[in-house]
Amino acid sequence: MLKFILQRLGYMAITLLIIITITFFLMQLLPGTPFSNPEKLSDRQIEIMNEKYGLDKPLAIQYFTYLGNLLQGDLGISFQSQGRTVNAMIAERIGPSALIGGQGVVIGLVLGLILGIISALKHNTIFDYGSVFVAVLGMSIPSFVFAALMQYFIGVKWGLLPAALWKDYSYSIMPSLALSVLVTATVARFIRSEMLEVLGQDYVNTARAKGIKEFSVIIRHVLRNALIPVVTVLGPLAVSIMTGTLVIEKIFAVPGLGEQFTLSILVNDYSVIMGITLFYSALFIFVIFLVDILYGILDPRISIGGGKKDVR
Amino acid sequence: MSDNRQEITDDLFVHEPLEEGKAEEIANPPSNFWKEATVRLLKNKGAVIGLITIIVISILAIFGPLMNEYDYREQDLLRSNLPPLAAGLEWLGLDGTNSHHTNVYEERSITNAPAWFGTDEFGRDLWTRVWKGTQISLFIALTAAFLDLMIGVIYGGISAYYGGKVDDFMQRIVEVLVGIPNLILIILFILILEPGITSIILAMVITGWVNMSRIVRGQILQLKGQEFVLASRALGASHNQLMWKHLIPNVMGPIIVTLMFTIPTAIFFEAFLSFIGLGLQPPLASLGTLIENGYQEMRYFSYKLIFPAIIISAIMISFNVLGDGLRDALDPKMRK
Repeated sequence: MLKFILQRLGYMAITLLIIITITFFLMQLLPGTPFSNPEKLSDRQIEIMNEKYGLDKPLAIQYFTYLGNLLQGDLGISFQSQGRTVNAMIAERIGPSALIGGQGVVIGLVLGLILGIISALKHNTIFDYGSVFVAVLGMSIPSFVFAALMQYFIGVKWGLLPAALWKDYSYSIMPSLALSVLVTATVARFIRSEMLEVLGQDYVNTARAKGIKEFSVIIRHVLRNALIPVVTVLGPLAVSIMTGTLVIEKIFAVPGLGEQFTLSILVNDYSVIMGITLFYSALFIFVIFLVDILYGILDPRISIGGGKKDVR
Repeated sequence: MSDNRQEITDDLFVHEPLEEGKAEEIANPPSNFWKEATVRLLKNKGAVIGLITIIVISILAIFGPLMNEYDYREQDLLRSNLPPLAAGLEWLGLDGTNSHHTNVYEERSITNAPAWFGTDEFGRDLWTRVWKGTQISLFIALTAAFLDLMIGVIYGGISAYYGGKVDDFMQRIVEVLVGIPNLILIILFILILEPGITSIILAMVITGWVNMSRIVRGQILQLKGQEFVLASRALGASHNQLMWKHLIPNVMGPIIVTLMFTIPTAIFFEAFLSFIGLGLQPPLASLGTLIENGYQEMRYFSYKLIFPAIIISAIMISFNVLGDGLRDALDPKMRK
């Protein structure tokens, strides 16, 4: 187990280093520098700015300076907002994103579980078809289309919830709902197929034959075993939540990390784009790592230590 | 040693005489996998509906822009922001009235052909633009999916077929690529490449092929140890023959299923990029740019959002349902 964790940590480091390198050099290829606007700045001013941010140094030196700063957890300074550090910008904006992301996952898990369980227990009935249909819709309709329609109907036409902006808690409900759609659909589909499989297992029949109440058979024997593989979809779901926040925050004007990212792209704020990219990537890699370890702990049938069962 | 070996010439081989009964047996094709799969697929109502929807939308995407007199970039300010009007479909809301329930066509006394899906702020006909946009979105998705397929099959095939060090090395690369959140990489690439059809396709392919290559690799790893491959190898088949005659055709099922899920993903990515302002530039249209545009004005001109939103949803749903159906039909074992 320890060997596995160390190996994975090594991989994580390499992946992250490669992402840093790709991001850094891609940024260099971008047309224009942040200070190349001749209408606003004089040549002398541009020169001073370039000097201040080290943009006049050779690329290799810039790269290693950047790496060195990263090692100390310093993502640099924003080129556009005067004197703000990227760390501070991320710290300030992570709150709303984490809130709607977290709520999205919780809502999605709960709704998905309910739909999936109904589907599996009422297999091949109208309830099953209904929830499968809902799940297919949720998987297929792009989150931003869904969000835009929600905003139009719930926010503007019927006025049930605030349509946009970020003032009090009620403003977080619609973005969270919009984010939860994909989670609901994925979890519902997964739970359904896993439960159907578990329901056919011998140990479920044994449990029933022992005279255990149907309710506890479902909860203790079926659901518990069906839930384990769901852990595997959590990684990909975390990613889709993160990318979802990019558009959802734009639509609902949520002052989160995703909105900052799209904003920085528009104004060529290199260091912020790089900072947020790295932040997202690190988070993503870490989530995948956690999911792998969690899966190994939850399901003893899976050998992750590379033992005898690992046939490849 | 080789000198006293007897020369083997062609005339030493004699054809085995064909028996009547045996000929019958051989002429009958051994139960055809594809035929069976088709029967299984056609039994799946959802998949059939999905397939029909895709065909109808594709036909409209090709011929829709030609069905009226307007061009997708033709501006006409006299016709700006016309609500949708289609004869016989008034009950669906296509009655030419705006959000204040006044008939704009009568108000501005417009007599030339009505705009079935309305017009945008420059008076461009939305029926034409929506189908043109669908055409472009489908083109981007199909091209990206096709490139993913080619690279993925070749990469995964080589990696699995040669195995050993080659496989190790190639899989290390894949492992690193899989670790990168692909949408973020796509956004970075679009930023340097300047928005356009080619750059969107390229950016999507850069990370998109990885998934296909993993599927192909996994399948070929399973296949290459089987007897028919050994037999073919013993008969002196070259690497190329083994690969294209025996291995790839047997992986076709999973490849097609993966492809079916790649296409909606590509359509989603294109629309996503357009939505955050990194997509195509007007007057070109894609479903993503149309949705973005419609979203900006949905408060007063909701029809601008609703038509492209319905079409993109219909395409995504159809491909997903068809993909599910194909997976069940082609490989019941893959079912999840």
